[in-house]
Amino acid sequence: MSISLKNRSLISISDYTPEEICHVLDIAEDFEKNPHQNLLNGRIIASLFFEPSTRTRLSFETAIQLLGGNVIGFSSTAGTSIQKGESLADTITMVASYADLIVMRNPIDGSARFASEVSKVPIINAGDGSNQHPTQCMLDLYSIRKTQGTLENLEITLVGDLKYGRTVHSLVEAMSHFNAKFNLVSPVELKLPRTVKQHIKDAHLEYEQFTELEDVIPHSDIIYMTRVQRERFPDPLEYEKVKNSYVLRNAMLANAKPNCRILHPLPRVNEIHVDVDANPKAYYFQQAQNGVYARQALIAAILGLK
Amino acid sequence: MEKRKELIVSAIENGTVIDHIPADKVFQVVKILGLDKVNNPVYFGTNVESKKYGTKGFVKISDKYFEPEDVNKIALVAPTASIIEIKDYEVINKQTVTIPERIEHIVKCFNPNCVTNKEHDIPTKFRVKRVDGKIRLVCHYCEKYTSEENIEFI
Repeated sequence: MSISLKNRSLISISDYTPEEICHVLDIAEDFEKNPHQNLLNGRIIASLFFEPSTRTRLSFETAIQLLGGNVIGFSSTAGTSIQKGESLADTITMVASYADLIVMRNPIDGSARFASEVSKVPIINAGDGSNQHPTQCMLDLYSIRKTQGTLENLEITLVGDLKYGRTVHSLVEAMSHFNAKFNLVSPVELKLPRTVKQHIKDAHLEYEQFTELEDVIPHSDIIYMTRVQRERFPDPLEYEKVKNSYVLRNAMLANAKPNCRILHPLPRVNEIHVDVDANPKAYYFQQAQNGVYARQALIAAILGLK
Repeated sequence: MEKRKELIVSAIENGTVIDHIPADKVFQVVKILGLDKVNNPVYFGTNVESKKYGTKGFVKISDKYFEPEDVNKIALVAPTASIIEIKDYEVINKQTVTIPERIEHIVKCFNPNCVTNKEHDIPTKFRVKRVDGKIRLVCHYCEKYTSEENIEFI
């Protein structure tokens, strides 16, 4: 049976089955080969960014323009009726009457699910507070499949802030469908929450927890770096103790597998030293570029154009 | 001298008795079922001797019967409670509460940044999970957990 995602909002990566995810990745692959496709033909996509974002907003807007669509919206709430106290429900209802699809980022957890219930057009969640960021997950999966040739049976090393990093949580959930082995490298204060580990356990998969990065590099297929933020530590001394333990340097990759690739959702601060950038295993900038293809694929699929 | 046994509260002719409520949860049960806002006669007791549980609480409401989904709401705080329906002083139905799979409108999400706490008039919705014998509510919107000890009724 053919897969259709027409009118299916994407709020959480778990809204789509593994088959549906792979379907989106197949479409993204097609867009990578041929990004200029006038499928939207003047249709209007609303881009509602209730908080600032660089990559996500720009890559969505690039995706829309490559598809021949028009963008309406805002990149912060300054000067909008939201600042006058308009409810989210009213904003969404109004915008849904102007646009064919709404892309929304909002700092409030659960706002995207709520928006999808009041909107008559589909919603793509571009990040709702600390909750979900499914399009980032989609481009991460695309990058993994592209560099490894498969999503199955990979050893995925997740590094840094595994407690608060929503991209990590979604990736664990999604990769649990594909028989992954997880290496979880983090300071003890920022370990992966029990509720997220439950996805691994439910899929009867293995995970190991580490506090040192170097030990796991030689057997990793993917090293997914995240930023350890100073503000996550109640005691600044604790941050000082661990801050250098989670910095990847080029010399550390000497024994990495040939197929190993370094991913990072960006922005990077200092957790990947710039000397890694020239290493062919560094993939984070291509990963960001893949975001355009993944988002083109989602927009086209949800509007029933692919 | 022989101890006289008496009913603490007189039997009701028609209505519902909610028995075996944990002694410290009686007032919550009253609130969840909205019995603080009805005009029917309501009797309740707490710290009453119970053979099975040591102490217990109970609530009796005259001339009122509940829908199962309403009464199951109290399972969150009183999982041992039993619901007894009375007609003409006779028990016509007796059942224990069951924890519902979904609950709506009655519990606050523990996450202060949840859309249900940030915007007005969004009814809360949760999936009810049991983890190691404890209730855990998963918010339909923010997907965060509200654990048993953090349950706060609206």
